[in-house]
Amino acid sequence: MAPLPPRSGDAVFANIERVNAELFSLTYGAIVRQLLTDLEEVDEVNKQLDQMGYNIGVRLIDEFLAKSNVSRCADFKETADVIAKVGFKMFLGVTASVTNWDADGMSCSLILEDNPLVDFVELPDTCQGLYYCNILSGVVRGALEMVSMKTEVTWIRDMLHGDDAYELRVKLLKQVPEEYPYKDDD
Amino acid sequence: MIGAGKMKQYGNVLEKPLSKGRHEVSLSAFAFLFSELVQYNQTQVDNIAELERRLEDAGYAVGARVLELLCHREKGNRRETRLLGILSFVHSTVWKVLFGKVADSLEKGTEHEDEYMISEKELLVNRFISIPKDMGTFNCGAFVAGIVRGVLDSAGFPAVVTAHFVPMEGLQRPRTTILIKFAEEVIKREARLG
Repeated sequence: MAPLPPRSGDAVFANIERVNAELFSLTYGAIVRQLLTDLEEVDEVNKQLDQMGYNIGVRLIDEFLAKSNVSRCADFKETADVIAKVGFKMFLGVTASVTNWDADGMSCSLILEDNPLVDFVELPDTCQGLYYCNILSGVVRGALEMVSMKTEVTWIRDMLHGDDAYELRVKLLKQVPEEYPYKDDD
Repeated sequence: MIGAGKMKQYGNVLEKPLSKGRHEVSLSAFAFLFSELVQYNQTQVDNIAELERRLEDAGYAVGARVLELLCHREKGNRRETRLLGILSFVHSTVWKVLFGKVADSLEKGTEHEDEYMISEKELLVNRFISIPKDMGTFNCGAFVAGIVRGVLDSAGFPAVVTAHFVPMEGLQRPRTTILIKFAEEVIKREARLG
């Protein structure tokens, strides 16, 4: 069977079941608050959020591939575009833009202007070191790892810290060559 | 240490215009997030009751905020003061905003005057959850019970709220019933108001 053409993020988003974004952001807020209470240190909370995101990314990639019909990306540039235009749209209903490529095309920035995680959120003075949306960077890292790309994802700008947008820096560390335990005709 | 890396912060969340609440995210995004909430809390407890209590706490925090948000947006800053008013607010307004539909039913307990039940055939948070046999009566609905308790408590109707599975004839999966047992003072006040 010929592969189906890839679907746009809008098309996928329009056809899947959705929930109110406020339930989503308030639930996320409850998670962050629990972590702050349990772990007490902002750095530990950042780490735990990243880990949770990673766990999600590892599972989310399957649904992403199944519903978007996206197949193997030719290069990292295309990968970044697909994350920004299809991935973010399909799950969070927002689109990111890709900019600030470095010379060798190994790292770029994903810029988010809308971010459904941060509705109603204001960081108190005691949590200034917190990367509130750190779960997102974990998701991107986990999902890319499942398609053989080791990446490093860091926050450059954060509106909760007073910046004018959310900027995620994604750096490709290495492509892990896939080793199939079986051949195509098995 | 909390407070490390202090940066200047601009803007104030209260100055932002309140959204109409029509934004949506995919159901799976919520399901993934909720699953992480449950799994994280599982690592923090050693028994089921404690796990339910922690999920309820997380829900409570959501409920308290939902009350404030919805009273402001949907009810022109008015909050219900009567028992039936607040119950139908939870059953209709809160449910509709959070879960996209009014709850399946709202009933008064037949045995006790202070008990009410909200039932849902397929509660959103239980949709992708199957309970392993060794976890007995555990119900992720505890999170929703927490939301309900958060709304009620913040509105001045303290109550004990619990989630239960009720097997239904002819249906494969049990429905979820949120049992609300109001504090004595609430019932007394209600009687006085007549």
